[in-house]
Amino acid sequence: MKKELIKIEKMTKNYPIGGGKFTALRDIDLEFKKGEFTGIVGPSGSGKTTLLNIIGSLDTQSEGDVNVMGNSIRKLSSKKAAKLRSQHIGFIFQTYNLLPVYTVFENVEFPLILLGMSSEKRKKAVLEALEWVGLSDKAKSRPAQLSGGECQRVAIARAIVKKPDLVLADEPTANLDAENSHHILKTMKKLNEDLGTTFIFSTHDAKVIQYLRRKISLLDGKVDKDEIVNGG
Amino acid sequence: MIFKLAYKNIIGAGFRTWLNIFILSLSYFVIIALQGFYVGWQDDASREMKNWDFAGGQYWQETYDPYDPYTLEDSHAAIPEDLQKLIVEGEAISILFSPATIYPERRMRNIVLKGIDPDQNLVELPTKYLADPDNEINCIIGSGFVDNLNIKEGDYIVLRWRDKNGTYDARDIKVAHVFSTTVLTVESNQIWISLPTLQEMLGLPNEATIITIKDETYNKEFSGWQHKDLDFLLIDLTNMIKAKTIGSSIMYILMLFLAMLAIFDTQVLSIFRRRKEMGTMMAMGMTRPKIIQLFTLEGVLHAVLAILMGAVYGIPLLNHFQKVGMQIGMDAKEWGLSGLNDALYPVYGWKLVVGTIILVLITVTVVSFLPTRKIAKLKPTDALRGKMTK
Ligand SMILES: Nc1ncnc2c1ncn2[C@@H]1O[C@H](COP(=O)(O)OP(=O)(O)OP(=O)(O)O)[C@@H](O)[C@H]1O
Ligand SMILES: [Mg+2]
Repeated sequence: MKKELIKIEKMTKNYPIGGGKFTALRDIDLEFKKGEFTGIVGPSGSGKTTLLNIIGSLDTQSEGDVNVMGNSIRKLSSKKAAKLRSQHIGFIFQTYNLLPVYTVFENVEFPLILLGMSSEKRKKAVLEALEWVGLSDKAKSRPAQLSGGECQRVAIARAIVKKPDLVLADEPTANLDAENSHHILKTMKKLNEDLGTTFIFSTHDAKVIQYLRRKISLLDGKVDKDEIVNGG
Repeated sequence: MIFKLAYKNIIGAGFRTWLNIFILSLSYFVIIALQGFYVGWQDDASREMKNWDFAGGQYWQETYDPYDPYTLEDSHAAIPEDLQKLIVEGEAISILFSPATIYPERRMRNIVLKGIDPDQNLVELPTKYLADPDNEINCIIGSGFVDNLNIKEGDYIVLRWRDKNGTYDARDIKVAHVFSTTVLTVESNQIWISLPTLQEMLGLPNEATIITIKDETYNKEFSGWQHKDLDFLLIDLTNMIKAKTIGSSIMYILMLFLAMLAIFDTQVLSIFRRRKEMGTMMAMGMTRPKIIQLFTLEGVLHAVLAILMGAVYGIPLLNHFQKVGMQIGMDAKEWGLSGLNDALYPVYGWKLVVGTIILVLITVTVVSFLPTRKIAKLKPTDALRGKMTK
């Protein structure tokens, strides 16, 4: 039996809109176990990003309970939430979000600096992560000099460089060609198998879906289907 | 770590940032240059005034009041014995004042006649010209006053005075020498002659109005005499320069304001433009106080870089000013400014430089910090979407 990492119970997320509210997620009950490789699929606006943000403690739910690695998300102070993210969670954003004045190397190094790692260890880990994503030769480039796909790979390297327990990836392959997508997915799969890192994706991409072991379908803020795929 | 990040952010930033750093460096430069100008002026002027007039301090006969010409006639007394000793030793000089009238070109002019020992060398007045060899009365006059009277060296003028009994007498005296000074208190409306001659003319042997002493620390009390130390004697100058400095402080405030604007612009702009960056940092687990620290430090680093940039062009420029002096380009005497030469040599003390740097740094730190409080209200998800809450 794999250990339970995330537990979501009767969770609802409302966004205030004008005078009223918009319900982006409704009555979600979900559990994620350590070592999962799970995709959240659904049409645009179905609430995928919202769900990932709440799991990653960047946002809080409106109703219900969300527990991540023993932390109740709603009760978390901003400092504790920052600590949880720094130590245990890696984010990959739909829009890369690289820091523009830093080089590729420095971008990937950033989470390690926050962890207070020595510069020697940092260098080793960053070079390793860049190798995973096939960007060793771009270490000194700045984001503005990279293609969209390369930026996405830097963002992925940055999320996995600290070997977090949980990686939350919002459309990680949206800007990658087939070859790169497969390469990245294999890399993540290997991390998942070797280190037991839990991956939760949001995706439209059929290529991603073929790597998944679990597929959760959202529709209008509700869990429509939750199924084991590719033999689990 | 924060420091390194802030440094990278600035170094990697664009033209606008460097422009702001340049503006900041200008405000350091202008403040220091202006202050140096006034310090230099004060130093110059007070040195000149000591050299020509005050030496190490003065004793004034108690009725003497430089602002009331009617006291002049009665402001004299016998020199106290201790002071007489100093005079003999060359450590002091006595000066006798008397109201008098001259008639240059047949016009009448009321002046102050001052008697001083021709052999003195305590003050720079060229009193050696006052020795009266061929039974003439020699006098020396400052160049400004001579121009004003429209007379010249070698001319004779009619002098009329009243002795202690109130008897009028008159004589021709010779303008033996015209001296040039920046110190108005030994020039304006006065004529210098030999002390023994004046004492004889007035019938006041061994009396004086003021006694100028060499030793700044000497302050023995004598009845009938008031000791005036240098602080007192230079107060007019100090006040005048202070007034000028306050006038120029409008300039400082302007420069500081400019500095604040430069930083505020950079800070507000970066906080609005870099919300997404902050959101990303939050997502990676950077705490809010750390992010605030980072952005504040970036502002402060602007000021530090401005010091370096200012030093690059400022030190050579200030050195240049110090070497060649600043041309003032006006007749200082016309403005009633004592001790102001044509060229002024500014003085830049470490106190001035360090003080200015600290002043600007504190201002910049506060102005850098203020906009960053917005960060504290920022929700990570909103920041990531590039939105500002509230
Ligand atoms: N801050 C917000 N305020 C108001 N409404 C929001 C906010 N964030 C998201 N929404 C709404 O919530 C719904 C779900 O948004 P979400 O970004 O989670 O969708 P998504 O599934 O990630 O879509 P996509 O595939 O386009 O990324 C959308 O209808 C969106 O308009
Ligand atoms: Mg989304």
